[in-house]
Amino acid sequence: MHQFFRTHSCSDMRYSFLSKYLVAVFVLITGIVSAQSHEGEEVEAGAHDLKTEIKEYIDHHLLDSHDFSLFSYTTDEGEHKYIGFPLPVILWDNGLKIFSSSQLEHGEGVAEVDGNYYALYHNKIYKTDAEGTIKFGAHHEGDTHSEDAFGENLVVEDAHPSNEKPLDFSITKNVVFIALVGLLMFLMFRSVASNYKKSNMPKGLGRGLEPLVMFVRDEIAIPNIGEHKYKKYMSYLLTVFFFVWIINLLGLTPLGVNVTNNIAVTFALALITYFITTFSGNKNYWKHIFWMPGVPVPMKIILAPIELLGTFIKPFSLMIRLYANITAGHVVLMSIIGLMFIFKNWIGSPLSFVLAFTLSLLELLVAALQAYIFTMLSALYFGMATEEDHH
Amino acid sequence: MTIPNIVGAGLIVIGAGLGIGRIGGQAMEAIARQPEASGKIQTAMLIAAALIEGIGFAALFAA
Repeated sequence: MHQFFRTHSCSDMRYSFLSKYLVAVFVLITGIVSAQSHEGEEVEAGAHDLKTEIKEYIDHHLLDSHDFSLFSYTTDEGEHKYIGFPLPVILWDNGLKIFSSSQLEHGEGVAEVDGNYYALYHNKIYKTDAEGTIKFGAHHEGDTHSEDAFGENLVVEDAHPSNEKPLDFSITKNVVFIALVGLLMFLMFRSVASNYKKSNMPKGLGRGLEPLVMFVRDEIAIPNIGEHKYKKYMSYLLTVFFFVWIINLLGLTPLGVNVTNNIAVTFALALITYFITTFSGNKNYWKHIFWMPGVPVPMKIILAPIELLGTFIKPFSLMIRLYANITAGHVVLMSIIGLMFIFKNWIGSPLSFVLAFTLSLLELLVAALQAYIFTMLSALYFGMATEEDHH
Repeated sequence: MTIPNIVGAGLIVIGAGLGIGRIGGQAMEAIARQPEASGKIQTAMLIAAALIEGIGFAALFAA
């Protein structure tokens, strides 16, 4: 019992609130099953390394990567093996440089292209010399020190490399999966649409998709935009609904895809909503922003900048909501899965498993709910932009 | 993460939780009163909850 607490007393802040909850449950159970034996000193020595490893794994999972790997393992010789395939790296560094990410060897090697050397450091590509030296020194002048790109001899934790960073246009894991989902949706809806040309009865895939399309039309588009104008926006609403939903669902598979927890992706989606809203805004919409009718003049002057700011905040909150929901879900889910390996006993680990299973079911709901909310709010903004004067 | 950050995050979660809880509770009440309007009430509830959630997340990032 005491040993268990000592192992966790120095635990990382990030997991501590979760593990404390589980420790409380654990204490209750061990009170009943007192004959439970614990692993001794071995665990205590290895626990910190394991925690760091799990934390690194989660951090790594949340980032985009230059290659697609399902899993990795360490051989008996201490060599890292990755199961997956490399993706092309495209850099703009005084000219286009294209090479395979296998040359970077998952951050353990230096790629050479036309006499230039590139290395990965924390999933970002830097220009280096032939040995892959990463220089630090952005914080204190004269206090420069360096380490090799393989992550050894790291002294300063917060230092930013001062190496040159080439513009990175690589086909990364996220790009591949966005393209794949796009292709999948194109083929899916193409075949469904061609079926409708033959008869009004949906066949095969269309039988499953028709209720969903009807749902987007009848529950999202028509109530928010209005019967007369909704048709123009249906293509975008359907696309964004199915795209976000499918890609969220893919994020729950063991493929390790997490496109929507990349803020750049949700930014792009929100930007499209912003542009559609802005460009379809009618006279009435702009009047309500810059010169609100029915309000005294001093109030109009105060309200105009607030309302103008509001037009940016709306898509901004769309971006943050989707990104934060999916990221939070992934972090919590993986922390709980990580607890399984920290507990390593017959009570804690099954408990973590049950918790992780329940949370996965919740994430299934969240995946659909976030797609719905995104589409819903987009439709609401379009409806606001096109509303006719009713005074 | 420092202690003020954690306390701040906790306060945000309490606030957002209270807000969303109240929306959910009131929506339940409204549906019980007028079950035929449940569809509209649910939609309005989800929008309001999503807006609060958005503010909550924005604050969590600041914390």
